[in-house]
Amino acid sequence: MINLNFIYSEIFLCLSIMILLLIGVFKKDSSYLIYNLSILSLFACLALIFSFPINTNVELFNNSYKIDYLSTYMKILLILSGIFVLVSSSKYIQIIKINKIEYPILIMSSIVGMMVMISSNDLILFYIGLELQSLSLYVLASFNRDNILSSESGLKYFVLSALSSGLLLYGCSLIYGFSGSTNFNLISENMNQDSYGLTFGIVFIITGLAFKISAVPFHMWAPDVYEGSPTSVTIFFAILPKIAALTVFIRILYVPFLNIIDQWQIIIVFLSIASMLFGAIAAIGQKNLKRLIAYSSISHMGYALAGLSTGTNLGIQSSITYISIYLFMNLAFFCCLFMLRRDEKYFENIEDLSGLSKNHPILSFSLLIVLFSLAGIPPLVGFFAKFYIFTSVVEQSMYSLAIIGLLSTVIAAFYYLRIIKVIYFDPEKEKYEKSHSIGLKISLAFSTIFILFYFIYPSPLIEIIEKINII
Amino acid sequence: MNFPILSSLILLPLLGALFIFFSKSKSNTHLTSKYLALFVSFTNFILSLYLWYLFDPSTAEFQFLEEQSWIKGFINYKVGIDGISILFIILTAFITPLCVVSVNSTVKYRLKDFLVAILVMESLMIGVFCSLDLVIFYLFFEGGLIPMFLIIGIWGGERRVYSAFKFFLYTLLGSVLMLVAIISIYWFTGSTDITYLYNLGIDEKYQYLLWLAFFSSFAVKTPMWPVHTWLPDAHVEAPTAGSVLLAAILLKMAGYGFIRFSVGLFPVASEYFIPLIYILSLIAIIYTSLVALMQEDMKKLIAYSSVAHMGFVTLGIFTFTQQGLEGSIFQMISHGLVSAALFLSVGVIYERMHTRLISNYGGLVSVMPKYAIVLMVFTLGAVGLPGTSGFIGEFLILIGAFKKSFLVAAIASIGVILSAAYMLWLYKRVVFGEIKKNEIKKMPDLNRAEVLILSFLVLPIVFFGFYPEPLLNTTETSIENLIEMYNININSNLVENK
Repeated sequence: MINLNFIYSEIFLCLSIMILLLIGVFKKDSSYLIYNLSILSLFACLALIFSFPINTNVELFNNSYKIDYLSTYMKILLILSGIFVLVSSSKYIQIIKINKIEYPILIMSSIVGMMVMISSNDLILFYIGLELQSLSLYVLASFNRDNILSSESGLKYFVLSALSSGLLLYGCSLIYGFSGSTNFNLISENMNQDSYGLTFGIVFIITGLAFKISAVPFHMWAPDVYEGSPTSVTIFFAILPKIAALTVFIRILYVPFLNIIDQWQIIIVFLSIASMLFGAIAAIGQKNLKRLIAYSSISHMGYALAGLSTGTNLGIQSSITYISIYLFMNLAFFCCLFMLRRDEKYFENIEDLSGLSKNHPILSFSLLIVLFSLAGIPPLVGFFAKFYIFTSVVEQSMYSLAIIGLLSTVIAAFYYLRIIKVIYFDPEKEKYEKSHSIGLKISLAFSTIFILFYFIYPSPLIEIIEKINII
Repeated sequence: MNFPILSSLILLPLLGALFIFFSKSKSNTHLTSKYLALFVSFTNFILSLYLWYLFDPSTAEFQFLEEQSWIKGFINYKVGIDGISILFIILTAFITPLCVVSVNSTVKYRLKDFLVAILVMESLMIGVFCSLDLVIFYLFFEGGLIPMFLIIGIWGGERRVYSAFKFFLYTLLGSVLMLVAIISIYWFTGSTDITYLYNLGIDEKYQYLLWLAFFSSFAVKTPMWPVHTWLPDAHVEAPTAGSVLLAAILLKMAGYGFIRFSVGLFPVASEYFIPLIYILSLIAIIYTSLVALMQEDMKKLIAYSSVAHMGFVTLGIFTFTQQGLEGSIFQMISHGLVSAALFLSVGVIYERMHTRLISNYGGLVSVMPKYAIVLMVFTLGAVGLPGTSGFIGEFLILIGAFKKSFLVAAIASIGVILSAAYMLWLYKRVVFGEIKKNEIKKMPDLNRAEVLILSFLVLPIVFFGFYPEPLLNTTETSIENLIEMYNININSNLVENK
């Protein structure tokens, strides 16, 4: 008898998706209600995760579904960011009129897919989770149907993502062929060190996953999709799929394939360096803030991958710390974007920020903090994220990776400074509206305070993440 | 546990900044926020003097130690001071209130934000000088970039954006290698605690690369030739108070870093790289003095003279003699006072004429006699005339250099003559001569606030010129200890190699 207790949170989320759909069908004008109910059910789901002892370590369904400390932590992170995304964008979707009943439901089903990905210990299950989240994301990207850019981004994401899924599946089939199983544990046992087929399989899987976290050279979709999608979906894109894909990265590379680290380490190092440099350089010429943050997130994923490339527990922990901190920085950045509203219109170009600091001192101060933090300037939280990464990288004596990474932070600092220059040094333009929903304000205040004051007491986050031991 | 006086010194300005930031931003409250900033920074100065009073100069141990677990099992928040760092803390605490007073006329808009930036800057700089952990040091060292970037960029002159970017990117680029070095030190030794590392010593084979990494950061910040080009730009475009902070204190962080880290942690590598430092310092002294001679912009001239003076400082540090090191610290303090005074003086006439070009001035002595007297003292201080603090520093450094190498000292002495040339020529062109423009005739002499600020600077410059004992006494024991440690390390390394 399988003990279903451990997956109550997933089951609960699936059930609430169905119930909310039913409400949507039978009750008219219920989009607002459904939106709030979906936030509530995410909260309930969070409570369900917390109701289990945090250090559970079980494998369900013939060892294909794993609940351990890593998955629990990542799920908490995932659902928390899901809540933040929904809370902060509630007003945005009303104003640009995408407050349909499907919107929160699609977001929730995507979250379910990611939860399955995070817990998967089997290639097939992992693929199912991946597709569930991707299918929801295709629709979400093109949710603003009347906007041509939004439709384009949905289509673009679909075509490229389908291609990468194909590559990923091919990789899975190769691995199955050469190891005789799809289960991570069994692959690990049956692995034959010398088979090239297995290496090819890993390469294809890494390709597919690199696409999901938009690492160079599989990043082409990101700028267009980030720019075209409604901002409330962009923030979702920027945070949640990355949490899930990074977890899968860790699971696949560190559970079955840790023994052949010399085969994949160089690939990850390449992805990491290419992403860090490309993201930093390509962002310099951007005019649209969403496009810019797309390049910035490419570069940030490079840093997360640098931690992953070390092959040590410390490296994993630093990557996870990075993604946790990255989440708050991006959240704060997008909250600021949601505040650039005037006459029922949202502004998203850098020049729209011109002289913002004169009329909106608090908002500009938040942006200042966020941008300096993204650039990794101490004592803000972004510095610590990079510091942990490079600590783990230098431990493995990978000096060239550390030095290239740090040099690219200098390049990246340039374009963050450029935004700050526009906000603080340029002449003022028109004012923006000052009334914002309370949820947006709380999200921004919470994330800004976290970014600004993390340095006073940095231990708790480290202590939580220190318990993640995969190897 | 005793009263945590160092942490209070760091936190007090920060709290003041928070208060000012959250106070209501009406134009009539600007005065209150200014008084609040003045009160906070002045209290900090009193506190730092009290610290000096409590300080025991007879021991080279770190004093007023505070240690607190910060990142558990990894890094501790550790602060403490010795004879080397205490003077810089007092200098910082002394200069900041002057900056706050000087904003009266120089900062026309967003005064509140300016005060916040200055106060944040103060606490970060005090943090730099008293941190005893490499990571904490880095945190304060780099954190200073943010307020300084804003000070130059928001309140600066015409080319402020260019200068702010140049300042930020130059110094950031220099510092990232230091971060790699700090992390490597952690993995080599298991700690980033400076006192622990002093006792342990770092393996010789790592020292050279680590030294270079630290050097890349400090050389940019000092600034040494050829990476000094950000300084003239930053100085020229920054508002007066910003230039003062930059010249008086920010540059000293690197000189302090050289003594504390390069010499203290990597003695063998420091010995090895002496020729490099000497060559760069001498080029800085001679070349930038010549460049200063040709400047038409007053602020730029003073900026280049700063580079030359800092050349003396690096030269003095790497003589590894009692006189050289004491002279370097003395020179840094003196230069902090003199350059702050010169920038404030330039600010005074800039407010009246709105030009910094030397050729626009002339004959100030007849319309602004008080100003002429004060500027004379500062000019002589910069020249290093006996009787001003500038003399003691340069003299000690040259003695130290003579001990090491006659040639180096001889070349450096040329720099002294050159500095007299450009400073006195500047003075002549601005203060003497005929009055070229009618506007000059209408220029009022110093007002009460300006007299107050400038005389506050005249006092220590002259006082320490005649009676340097208090400063030298404070540093003596720590320097002796540093040199002793250094010689032990060098000798043991020689023995090993044989």
